[in-house]
Amino acid sequence: MSATTTAPRAGATALPAFRPSMKVPISLGVLALIALVFFGFLGPDKTAEMKISDSGDAVVVPALMIPGQVGGVVLGILLLAMAAYSIYLWTRGERSPKWLPIAFAVVFVFALLVWIVAGARQPSISLAGLVAGSVTLAVPLVFGSLSGVLCERVGVVNIAIEGQLLGGAFTAALVATITGSPYIGLIAAAAAGAAVSMVLAVFSIKYLVNQIIVGVVLNVLVSGLTGFLFGTLMVPNKEQFNTPGRLDILPIPLLSDIPIIGPILFEQSIAGYLMYVAVAVVWFGLFKTRWGLRVRAVGEHPQAADTLGINVNATRFWNVTLGGAIAGIGGAVFTLVTIDSFTKDISGGRGFIALAALIFGRWNPIGAFLASLLFGFAYNLQSILGIIGTPVPSQFMAMLPYLVTIFAVAGLVGKSRPPAASGIPYVKG
Amino acid sequence: MKLELKGISKAFGTFYANQDIDLVVESGQIHCLLGENGAGKSTLMNVLYGLYEPTAGHILVDDKPVSFRGPGDAMAAGIGMVHQHFMLVPVFTVAENVALGAEPTTFGGVLSIDETRRKIREISDRYGFDVDPDALVEDLPVGVQQRVEIIKALVREAKVLILDEPTAVLTPQETDELLDIMRQLKAGGTSIVFISHKLREVKAVSDVITVIRRGKVVGDAPPTASATELASMMVGRPVSLSLDKAPAQPKETTFVVENLTVRAANGTNVVDGISFDIAQGEILAVAGVQGNGQTELTEAILGVQEHVTGSVTLDGKQLLGLPVKDVLRSGVGFVPEDRTVDGLVGPFSVAENLVLDLYDQAPFASGISMKPAKVAEHAKAKIEEFDIRTPSAGSAAGTLSGGNQQKVVMARELSRPLRLFIASQPTRGVDVGSIEFLHKRIVAERDVGTPVMIVSTELDEVIELADRIAVLYKGKLVGIVPAGTPRDTLGLMMAGVGPEGGSDD
Repeated sequence: MSATTTAPRAGATALPAFRPSMKVPISLGVLALIALVFFGFLGPDKTAEMKISDSGDAVVVPALMIPGQVGGVVLGILLLAMAAYSIYLWTRGERSPKWLPIAFAVVFVFALLVWIVAGARQPSISLAGLVAGSVTLAVPLVFGSLSGVLCERVGVVNIAIEGQLLGGAFTAALVATITGSPYIGLIAAAAAGAAVSMVLAVFSIKYLVNQIIVGVVLNVLVSGLTGFLFGTLMVPNKEQFNTPGRLDILPIPLLSDIPIIGPILFEQSIAGYLMYVAVAVVWFGLFKTRWGLRVRAVGEHPQAADTLGINVNATRFWNVTLGGAIAGIGGAVFTLVTIDSFTKDISGGRGFIALAALIFGRWNPIGAFLASLLFGFAYNLQSILGIIGTPVPSQFMAMLPYLVTIFAVAGLVGKSRPPAASGIPYVKG
Repeated sequence: MKLELKGISKAFGTFYANQDIDLVVESGQIHCLLGENGAGKSTLMNVLYGLYEPTAGHILVDDKPVSFRGPGDAMAAGIGMVHQHFMLVPVFTVAENVALGAEPTTFGGVLSIDETRRKIREISDRYGFDVDPDALVEDLPVGVQQRVEIIKALVREAKVLILDEPTAVLTPQETDELLDIMRQLKAGGTSIVFISHKLREVKAVSDVITVIRRGKVVGDAPPTASATELASMMVGRPVSLSLDKAPAQPKETTFVVENLTVRAANGTNVVDGISFDIAQGEILAVAGVQGNGQTELTEAILGVQEHVTGSVTLDGKQLLGLPVKDVLRSGVGFVPEDRTVDGLVGPFSVAENLVLDLYDQAPFASGISMKPAKVAEHAKAKIEEFDIRTPSAGSAAGTLSGGNQQKVVMARELSRPLRLFIASQPTRGVDVGSIEFLHKRIVAERDVGTPVMIVSTELDEVIELADRIAVLYKGKLVGIVPAGTPRDTLGLMMAGVGPEGGSDD
């Protein structure tokens, strides 16, 4: 044994001790320096006003007044401190705790906000509006990413979220106009999303066509089809086919008057409330019920599920269909909540952002929900900052949601593991 | 429960994996299905378990004909199966895996996993399984995972338990434990169908042995039948199970490995500070349970692993850091453990596969052109020398049987003058007849004075071939012992216990 007990020790000296990745400490450090220099030392000298409550609210909280340069320096130093802590942990061979990058991101975004607002022509924004708007913009993303979660958890990659959203949006507008009821439009949107999903399911599950290719083709197909029908049907006859009306906003008395949280949680349309319900139900279903156990087993190890008498392909088919229906509802939000008519390609790539949200959210409904909120925030920031007039060119602001997506998915996802059988068709035997 | 298969045939296209098979499993018996790899044992059991539909024939349970349209039906009839490749979801807990498919639920399909936990503890206690219901399956050792599979079947109240090659992944000690469990289950009234090609285990535990060859039943044999008799039934001709091997005549030590360490992507050392040497004319066999660093060790020597430190010298020349081509040109012959992935190009012809390492050299090439006539000539000679059963030298290598594919790889690697020969799992999935031949070739290579390194997870093979035996456990060398070391000692070493006692961790 003596030879074998000394050998590992000698081997260990030949290799440097294993250290966690330097990615986090370095990127935090660089970002903190950028914040300190640009937002702080080179920051604007005006004062940014951040309104917390609207004048009509029951409780009025005074607005935050933050001087641009001083605020930037203070926040920059705070960021530097967090980066230093991360580097200190790294030198001791420890990983940064999970909350650190999140806290860093929140402070960084706040510093960015102060910098942009203070430098704007009209240095004042409403935080309540910013947050509420973010949630509104996030609603289709949440539905889309839930669709993705359901499909990938069962082993089918759903690239067609974009097509499902678009199909839902178009059908909602059309049916709501014809029937005169946005609620029937909402149901029709779910059916349309499910129909798009069924095509994906049939080709990828029964005919074993590459799931990515079917998904991409479906996106192009739905875009072309709805674009064609929009041009030939809706444009010449807007009154008959493209005036769906909106889903009513149903505020819950009292609760909706709470600052910031009220409008987010308790002043939504039926689709908004459905979103919260859907996130909770999908999460509970996936992790606490028989259905969810089977779904996850099919997505992780379909053969194991098969040998226990679970019909793998039927489970996949119905789950993908259900996912499509959920995405369809998300699509209806574009034409029944956000604005009240359909235009060509109204989903504008949100389906792909939803896909990113599902990965960023680690294939978990709640994670996908939070990731969607982040992307919704990026969209909203872009539009609000456009309105108050910032020195940053609007083209750069338009890139914001996509930049956030790339950084989130590439940099912050870390080691997450997709369902093992995702994207692999199941063939018996 | 009595189980009967009558006239079962299963065809895939024109190929019959099972042909007219009759089999009766009596209640409370351990019935062994013995046959070589590819004889059709697993196919037959998949038919019985409802995974395949038989082309002809039927199944009777307690003399009543049944038809299974899926595993669900088979389980309902009281048949449970432990597959060769475990059917466990790695990211689920033990309880979740056991519950799957027969989940105890409360109102609205909400899981009540507590009930499954209770059942697992109950079974675990009764058979002394020691399984934690809340452990993640991927964190469990293979032997425990197998028990989870058995629990899965028992929770579903299986009366007949099919075990498909259950010992392939186990250490000798774990194998003994499994055989004990099988006896206990039998005492409890469960019938067991035990599928294996390992004669010793079959003889140790079976009540009846049915031998299958090329999809047909050859006949039944009592467990008292000799190993040679059983082997002859499996292969269809007399075979000699023991290898005639002269004692080694080790000469100069030319191959030295020092402190070899391979670091995996997750930061652990999959090969951890290994040192050994091999003399000319000596076979060093590396034993160990699958996945203890054998693959990485051989690949590090060949130069296809990254993050390797230490030293590997052959004839005084450092091999580490050299491109694979230079390692091969230094006279290293290498038989990889997975011939279909690393050893052969399946769609290429046998002749082409035989020159994969020499195609750009004389006499097979001059300048930029290849010489097909020389390649064909070479192929003809090797096919004859190694008795490769192929329709022609132009047939795709991927269409040959496992044994013949292995002969192609071995023929290629042995067709150059070698300074070192490394063979990983040289006879995995190879029929008994070919094993004999391949073993003789390996010994012949030793006898011309080449240092030989054999890596095998089959202890029988290690004992058969080795002049010295090195045992790996979790990437570390537990020890190097001489040939003739008792099986028990080797088995303990494979579980990490050093040759002089005392655990490694």
